[in-house]
Amino acid sequence: MKIFVCVKQVPDTSGKVAVNDNGTLDRSSMATIVNPDDMNAMEAALSLKDETNCQVIAVTMGPAPAEAMLRELIAMGADEGILISSREFGGSDTFATSQIIAAAINHAGFGKDDLIFCGRQAIDGDTAQVGPQIAEKLDIPQVTYAAEIEKKEEVLVIKRMLEDGYMMVEVQTPCLITCIKELNMLRYMTLKGITECYEKPVHVMDYECLKDEPLIEIDTIGLKGSPTNIFKSFTPPQKGSGIMLAGTVRDTAEELVNRLLKAHLI
Amino acid sequence: MTLQLTKEQEMLVKLVKDFSENEIAPLAEETDRTGKFPMQIVKKMAETGLFGLNVPKEYGGVDMGEVSKVLAILEIAKACSSTAEMYAVQLLVNGIIAVNGNQEQKQKYLGMSMEGKLGAFALTEPGAGSDAGALQTTAVWDGDDYILNGVKCFISNLGPEEGDYAIVIALTDKEKKIRGGMTAFLVDRELKGFVVGKTEDKMGIRGAAVSELILEDCRVPKSAILGQVGKGFHVAMSGLDSGRIGIAAQACGEARAALQLALAYSKQRIQFKKAICQNQGIQWYLAEMATKLRAAELLTMEAADLRDRKQPSGMNASMAKFFAAETAVEIAGKAVQIHGGYGYIKDYAIERIYRDTRILTIYEGTSEVQKIVIAKALLQ
Repeated sequence: MKIFVCVKQVPDTSGKVAVNDNGTLDRSSMATIVNPDDMNAMEAALSLKDETNCQVIAVTMGPAPAEAMLRELIAMGADEGILISSREFGGSDTFATSQIIAAAINHAGFGKDDLIFCGRQAIDGDTAQVGPQIAEKLDIPQVTYAAEIEKKEEVLVIKRMLEDGYMMVEVQTPCLITCIKELNMLRYMTLKGITECYEKPVHVMDYECLKDEPLIEIDTIGLKGSPTNIFKSFTPPQKGSGIMLAGTVRDTAEELVNRLLKAHLI
Repeated sequence: MTLQLTKEQEMLVKLVKDFSENEIAPLAEETDRTGKFPMQIVKKMAETGLFGLNVPKEYGGVDMGEVSKVLAILEIAKACSSTAEMYAVQLLVNGIIAVNGNQEQKQKYLGMSMEGKLGAFALTEPGAGSDAGALQTTAVWDGDDYILNGVKCFISNLGPEEGDYAIVIALTDKEKKIRGGMTAFLVDRELKGFVVGKTEDKMGIRGAAVSELILEDCRVPKSAILGQVGKGFHVAMSGLDSGRIGIAAQACGEARAALQLALAYSKQRIQFKKAICQNQGIQWYLAEMATKLRAAELLTMEAADLRDRKQPSGMNASMAKFFAAETAVEIAGKAVQIHGGYGYIKDYAIERIYRDTRILTIYEGTSEVQKIVIAKALLQ
């Protein structure tokens, strides 16, 4: 069994956000992290690997520096990485991105015993569309918002969270699962993983490699081909620095309560 | 010397930084308050492989070198001085065993270390601190064994629950003393006669277990000899440079934490209708602190880099330890001053860091001993 884990390098939202003139993010000028939900997806895959000794492949679409992220995930325990990177893919919306990723996974040999794990959504786009769209493109079942995953012989039993409850879903491979943060606690990289990660393969798939894949419609990839375009991105105006209360814990707590009382907020 | 980290070192820094922020820092205040080391951290550190950082690859470690060790200790020390001290001592013990141990000893004790079993280095005695040659613990040959008797004090990584084995330096020839009269032994805690005595109630690094070790007719097999009979002082000294660099790294980490706290506080403390960081006096303090810290970090990295390249590093290690320790004490003091009255209150982390730094100029070779080493090297 192979588990493909889709991961995305996203801007660290605790830092400054920079936007290009065409409305896309200026990713090169921002600190980056692995999308948090994708980390939960990776942890879920690695937990299954601990149980079943399956192969875990980290997949990302992004610029060349995204390889460093794949190496970190290999240091956590993934077996190899796939970096989908090409100028022609830049600026793709979720529709374009999902078909490119689906094509890459297909190209890497996605079989009937295999799984795809994704994070629920990325913190930069917040659409939660790519995972389900990959599943549709590959014509495989999908289970979203997984808070628990258990392997029982030939099936996976998944607790799928809803707004007001949950459902228990049984699904066989091949399938795609999107993961939420409640699913698991993340493991760290290991020192052994760090010293060995550059010996493991990271395959680069560019436009030339994927353009003839049947899952790709050439006119619907990249910024120009994407059915949707962002026409404006902006950082909302800051609210203001607020008031910093100084003093001991007791003093500041008293001061805060007094202020809230005066403002009739409590 | 290049200051450029390798990709693996960058990942190591990220790992240790994340681990320290998520696992170690949240427990630092409670560790200081209770004086009890959170052993669950040791288990988690073992799972990441951190105790194998300086263990040779053939024994399951990664042997990432001295610069990597500095990077790791520095990050941990930013989060918690007690944890950094534990880790620095563990790596010191690893290093001495890796250099002096035979195949079986390396297999056993380096393996134990990587599982998270803590090792101690028992050299100091009530009458033998800076004057290590004055030690009195004896090891008397009896049949196929040695019988150890004596009292060691201020032994790190030894406590009521902490510490599973120790390197013990003892006299096998009272006449010869440091000139061939000392032998090093690897002693398991479970042996009869290995008694952990009083655990010290300290000013700082309060979570680090530091105790008395009483050896009462403790019988050890001759296979416990680390190195050779009569070479104990040499074994002890073999860990010196690396140990000093480790403490220098700890000092840099604690100093960095103190500086960051002082910077943050100076930006938010308003007096006379402005943040105190707008006062030139405070700015000068911050500039001096940052400059001296950078110098300490560079000295430490240089010493580590020399060791990695198998170049002589004794003087540099002493310079790094001496300067970094004194600088950390100074920076912590200035940071308290910048905090004003709040720096004296336990609610504020700088109070703990100020107490934690004080030991740096004393243990692992006092500043005075370091200056003797440096002067000796200069006058050669």
